[in-house]
Amino acid sequence: MDIQIADAEKSTTPRSEEPIIRLESVCKIYGEFQALSGVDLVISKGEKVIICGPSGSGKSTLIRCINHIERHNRGRIVVNGMELTNNGKDIAAVRRDTGMVFQNFNLFPHLTILDNCCLAPMRVKGIGREKARELAIHFLHRVRIADQAGKYPSQLSGGQQQRAAIARALCMQPRIMLFDEPTSALDPEMVKEVLETMKSLASDGMTMLCVTHEMGFAREVADRIVFMDRGAIVEQSDPATFFSAPSTDRARDFLRMIL
Amino acid sequence: MQAIDFTIVLQAWPYLCSGLAFSLALTATAFTAGILLGTGLALAQHLEIPVLGHAARIYIATMRSIPLILVLFWFFFLAPVILGSLSPDGRPVSIGPTSTAFITFCLFEAAYYSEIIRVGLRALSRGQVEASQSLGLTTPQTYRYVVLPQVARTVAPIVLSQTIILFQDTSLVYVLSLTDLVGATSKLVQLNGRFVELYVTVALVYLTICSLASHCVAILKRRTAGHAAQR
Repeated sequence: MDIQIADAEKSTTPRSEEPIIRLESVCKIYGEFQALSGVDLVISKGEKVIICGPSGSGKSTLIRCINHIERHNRGRIVVNGMELTNNGKDIAAVRRDTGMVFQNFNLFPHLTILDNCCLAPMRVKGIGREKARELAIHFLHRVRIADQAGKYPSQLSGGQQQRAAIARALCMQPRIMLFDEPTSALDPEMVKEVLETMKSLASDGMTMLCVTHEMGFAREVADRIVFMDRGAIVEQSDPATFFSAPSTDRARDFLRMIL
Repeated sequence: MQAIDFTIVLQAWPYLCSGLAFSLALTATAFTAGILLGTGLALAQHLEIPVLGHAARIYIATMRSIPLILVLFWFFFLAPVILGSLSPDGRPVSIGPTSTAFITFCLFEAAYYSEIIRVGLRALSRGQVEASQSLGLTTPQTYRYVVLPQVARTVAPIVLSQTIILFQDTSLVYVLSLTDLVGATSKLVQLNGRFVELYVTVALVYLTICSLASHCVAILKRRTAGHAAQR
């Protein structure tokens, strides 16, 4: 009888969509140091998640594991239905679906901004030069630096470089964007332009995971705040709850330090 | 002793030029092969490719601890014997002085270039590889389009300095009786005894070529330094 009811329920309610990212007991160890100790995290499509926490808490390691730039030692990571193992094909597929923006931009200094954007679409997706250029110009417009396309990274300001890096990631048309402290290396006056770009991306429904100390941005954009400490997720909640009534002492201490 | 007469140099000029052509051809070949093989050796170590990486390390250490002239002798005298013992009739297989010179210089320079390139690889920020990976580039693509072009720029001045040394070192083929610039000069001196004019001339030729090249190194260094400062 119970089973029948359960079945009936299943057939009437639409099956909830498979999360786009799922982490199960993920561990990462560097020698003696345990950077991640059993992290569970589920992120659904279109969700904007801000990861914060004190330095050394494993935030960066966590998002770097999601596109396999860091290899996790234990646990499971499933992105867009593909599990990250040592299978090169799956890793390549996951990387095609995820764009990453780094603290230090990591633009290719020997290529123009345009070529920075065209390289991966041409070499990874096999798109022709002309189409790749169109795509690049489109996304460079999007981050409002299309006029800088012919310049080299060293000729741009930090804020422009970071927006170029965002455009470069977008050119692969990813489903997920990972941001690893995207404004930490910027002069204060340039933080805003990068955050504005990220907000506009968020409003377009992109799934976003962002490690940042910009709590104003977090409050405005995040669907959920994940607070990490010592390699584990200590607390996660919506921004309003997190900022007004953090449930753990560690989160309270952290907020007191940075706000 | 005869009076100094530099007109002898004019007569000798075509022959000296053929010697210089050999020196330059040997330098160019050793440079090209050395860079290619050296890049391979450097990558094998840098990417820690099993077996190959280790073999590359031993090869480079060996080549760098033996004087070049000994490597030349080794190839000239020992390699034919070793090759002979491998062949069915067991007779030494002569390689000949010219081939010996070319093979030796290519293999020897590869070891030196590879160390330069390896340092360049190590100096490149890890973030460049991570950015390439995150964009989905494969490892060969990452090295082809992102890593090696940047390494080439940073190590260009040092590679050119090494090539100047290589150019001077090619004069060692004199011991194999080959007619490079020094070899040609010595042969002429044996014929006409005009050692002052000829050795002064040949020294000036080396001086001119090498100082021009050094000037290029200085320009390249300024450029790379400027580039690094901009970053």
